[in-house]
Amino acid sequence: MSVPGTENAAAQQANGQQPAPPDSDDDILVRIENVKKYFPIKSVGFTRRTVGQVHAVDDVSLTIPRGRTLGLVGETGCGKSTLARCVAGLIPITSGSITFDGQKISGLSRRAMQPFRREIQMIFQDPYGSLNPRQRVGSIIGEPFAIHNMASGNDRKKRVQELMERVGLNPEHFNRFPAEFSGGQRQRIGVARALAVRPKLIICDEPVSALDVSIQAQVLNLLADLQDEFGLSYLFIAHDLEVVRHVSHAVAVMYLGRIAEAGPKDPVYDHPRHPYTAALLSAAPAADPRTAAQRQRIILVGDVPSPIDPPSGCRFHPRCPKAQDLCQHEDPPLEVKPGDPVTHQAACHFPVQDGEDLATAGSATSAAGSRESA
Amino acid sequence: MSITELEFEAASAESAPEQAIEGRSQWQLTWRRLSHDKVAVISLIIIVIMIALAIAAPAFAALTGHPPNSAYPNTGENAAGLPVSPGTNGFWLGTDGTGRDLLVRILYGARISLFVGVLTTVIATVAGVTIGMVAGYFGGVVDTVLSRFVDAVLAFPYVVLALALAVVLGPSLPVIIGVISFFSWAGISRIVRGQTLSIKEKEYIEAARSLGAGPFRIMFVHILPNLLAPVLVLATLYIPQAIIFEATLSYLGLGIQQPTASWGNILGDAQNFYQQAWWYVVFPAAALLITTLAFNLLGDGIRDAMDPRTERIFAASRARKLARARRRSRRRGQGDLPTASAPGEA
Amino acid sequence: MAIARFLIRRVLTGIVVLWLVATAAFFLFFARPVNTVAHQLAGRAATPQVIATVIRNLGLNQPILVQYWHFLDNLLHFNLGYSYYTQQSVNTMLKQDLPPTASVVVGGVILWLIAGLAVGIISATRARSLFDRFSAVAVLIGISLPTFVIGELLLLIVFVPLNQHGFHWIQDQYAGPSTGIGNWIGHLILPWITLAAVQAAIYTRLTRGQLLDVLGEDYMRMARAKGLSERRVIFRHGVRAALTPVVSQLGVDVGQLLGGVIVVESVFGLNGLGQVSVQAIDTDNLPVIIGFVVLAAAFVVVANIIVDLTYALLDPRVRIA
Repeated sequence: MSVPGTENAAAQQANGQQPAPPDSDDDILVRIENVKKYFPIKSVGFTRRTVGQVHAVDDVSLTIPRGRTLGLVGETGCGKSTLARCVAGLIPITSGSITFDGQKISGLSRRAMQPFRREIQMIFQDPYGSLNPRQRVGSIIGEPFAIHNMASGNDRKKRVQELMERVGLNPEHFNRFPAEFSGGQRQRIGVARALAVRPKLIICDEPVSALDVSIQAQVLNLLADLQDEFGLSYLFIAHDLEVVRHVSHAVAVMYLGRIAEAGPKDPVYDHPRHPYTAALLSAAPAADPRTAAQRQRIILVGDVPSPIDPPSGCRFHPRCPKAQDLCQHEDPPLEVKPGDPVTHQAACHFPVQDGEDLATAGSATSAAGSRESA
Repeated sequence: MSITELEFEAASAESAPEQAIEGRSQWQLTWRRLSHDKVAVISLIIIVIMIALAIAAPAFAALTGHPPNSAYPNTGENAAGLPVSPGTNGFWLGTDGTGRDLLVRILYGARISLFVGVLTTVIATVAGVTIGMVAGYFGGVVDTVLSRFVDAVLAFPYVVLALALAVVLGPSLPVIIGVISFFSWAGISRIVRGQTLSIKEKEYIEAARSLGAGPFRIMFVHILPNLLAPVLVLATLYIPQAIIFEATLSYLGLGIQQPTASWGNILGDAQNFYQQAWWYVVFPAAALLITTLAFNLLGDGIRDAMDPRTERIFAASRARKLARARRRSRRRGQGDLPTASAPGEA
Repeated sequence: MAIARFLIRRVLTGIVVLWLVATAAFFLFFARPVNTVAHQLAGRAATPQVIATVIRNLGLNQPILVQYWHFLDNLLHFNLGYSYYTQQSVNTMLKQDLPPTASVVVGGVILWLIAGLAVGIISATRARSLFDRFSAVAVLIGISLPTFVIGELLLLIVFVPLNQHGFHWIQDQYAGPSTGIGNWIGHLILPWITLAAVQAAIYTRLTRGQLLDVLGEDYMRMARAKGLSERRVIFRHGVRAALTPVVSQLGVDVGQLLGGVIVVESVFGLNGLGQVSVQAIDTDNLPVIIGFVVLAAAFVVVANIIVDLTYALLDPRVRIA
């Protein structure tokens, strides 16, 4: 089944294009619509006036298909973890809506959110920080049962041990403390905890970036097996493009709180339309040395601008090798570019053509850009 | 958490005798390290002896034949009406200003001092941990109000206020305990708040929230156990402070009232006789010093045992030994953390 | 500019604090029945009529809010009222008894800071030396003894033997500087040591720990690497950074100082504010008690402002905002 990774009906209609065939709700597990998350910056002092806002997530629309994996990539600080926490209901969103399984879950009270906590689970980045060092592994994995009053006593113990076995841990270790496990084993504990209450969606926030490369593959394969076995959906967040390519069915690229490009995995990786995607792909280390040798790295100039005061127009324009005047003034909508499948969208006025040489263009305009800014 | 754990432990104990894979808890490790610390062990022994002596105070009264509140104007005072020196007329440590047995009174005083010290510390710790944790966890207005209150209590000249309170309410044991507790919780609360703020940012707290854990579960299952180590150290160091506080109040005549003996009021009376009877000052002061010193050293020892990174002067040789061992193990390519002997990544 | 704004704000909050403290003290002591005072004043065999007269004379028969208003009005004019017993002005009483207390506080604080910082710095720079170990033992004993016991032990070990052997410079009681500076110091040296001992112990520990932490920082190694002399490294870079937490601790401790002063005055028989207030508490002499509490609070407020200013000067990261 080919499911669009993203949709942005408004943008498409504005562009006068055929709207994408409407997804039947059965295929979509999570629908993120125009979600914004601003963090107020308070002044120090008694009054604590709001003096500014961090635009962590700024008008993002995405869908997560049932039983599939949506990969979310971007640099540190682009808002991908914030988006994940919004979906998990850990932080309230500023505006927009999030629906899960057809029901709106954004703006719910803690009590009303409780049933959805069973359906949405999270796996965290830091295998050391995400497990309470004073809790035994048995209680860590058994905690979801305790919170949702699902199993107790010997029943709980049995189910915890089954889970431990399923994720590749020795069930006899349920009385140990997290400190007695290696990083990879700890991440398995985190997976078992997330799996305990049979969720429909697991949000993986950089689940392998803290692990050794050899162990990364084991955990990724475990996640893939579990998806097949339980029909799980994943929102998989990473900054490592290869990892995302390995696990995802659809991909979304985030830059400074916005979606830069989104679509099924292969079109996005093989024919990137947004210069930012192209730059990221060119910078990723390739597994095959021949491809690596052929590839020209696109070097982005400057740092990621501050999300407190994001650039006007296209947010990428100060660093973009292809930027022109239009990019400074007009924010490009996320839309399907000519020749692409309707599920592949990019937010760029001057999309990258296949085979275009951005590396040289980059050095030329970057000089111009820096002169302008000086 | 505890229920789950207990169940697991019970189940594991009966199900599999070959299961020697019991996790070693932080507390067991701490205890092991502590038992290798000579200063801490000696301090602990001294504290135990002090408690035993306090409990055995009536036995000493019977042994010497001198009940704590009986004055002996004939044998216990010399011709000038002054205290008699140690060893005179069966008074092992001499007598006090009214001709009572100093040894027996010091032992009875130990009961009051230790009782007040431990009880006020328990009250202050429970209150301080609760308030600090609530302030740190909930933040916002709750935090602002509680923190300002803590600041006020900490900044106020507490001896002055304690004097006033003791006068207004009338000196009695419950008032003393209340006053000392009231002025002790704020320090604990401030430290606990800071710890809570840092623990709150840990990913496992977010993990618990994403599982649907409520504030009370998070505070008591996830934050509190991680606070216990610093709180235990703090509490051990607060006991001597409380003993000192009680002694000061009693010295000023606002604590334990005569004829009940406390170290503070013995030393308060002794001030009138220091020119004539050195023992009257020296022995109760020594009892007080030994006790508070032992608690302070034990507290330092527990802190070191909990966090082996801290260095301490008395454990210099131990620290050097440890450093050498660590270097050696690093050369052999082993970490010094107790990592798992579990099967590797499958 | 910023400093002026800071000062104005702190003074205003200080006044609010003083008002709260005075109000709290006023109502706290009114929890005591006024009859006790009247009884004491009128004597044991007083008739009810006499007691009623006494109460009326002291103004204690008026509603409590009227009395409170009267009290506030006086306070605004820096008038703390009159003693129940001697009808002496509380202002005068406090002024009279200030010299011994001020002498003890000033000398004690100077001694405590010098001793605490000096020993702390030397211990940290010579960690694990004989000096360090010796000072660690002294610190432990210092924090394990109440102030009054230290005072009594000093009397027993220093004052008694010296005076027995005809050496009379060190004395108890109080003698003002007008009797000769040497004499003044001789009378106050033991109170100073007593007051400073416990606090110096705490500050030694704090300074040593802070400085050791700072000395381990990368920028300290950097300072050494660029060829600064060890002394310069420690004093220009290390001590400055290590002092900030010590100074902020000072703000908390000035309050505790007053408690120490009461004890020290009692041990050495100095007739200062502490003694007067303890006597006033014993006799329910409300105006004197409140006077002392307000004065103590004012002292804490002013000392805290000074400490915060020093803090901002020491640590450039702290902006006065």
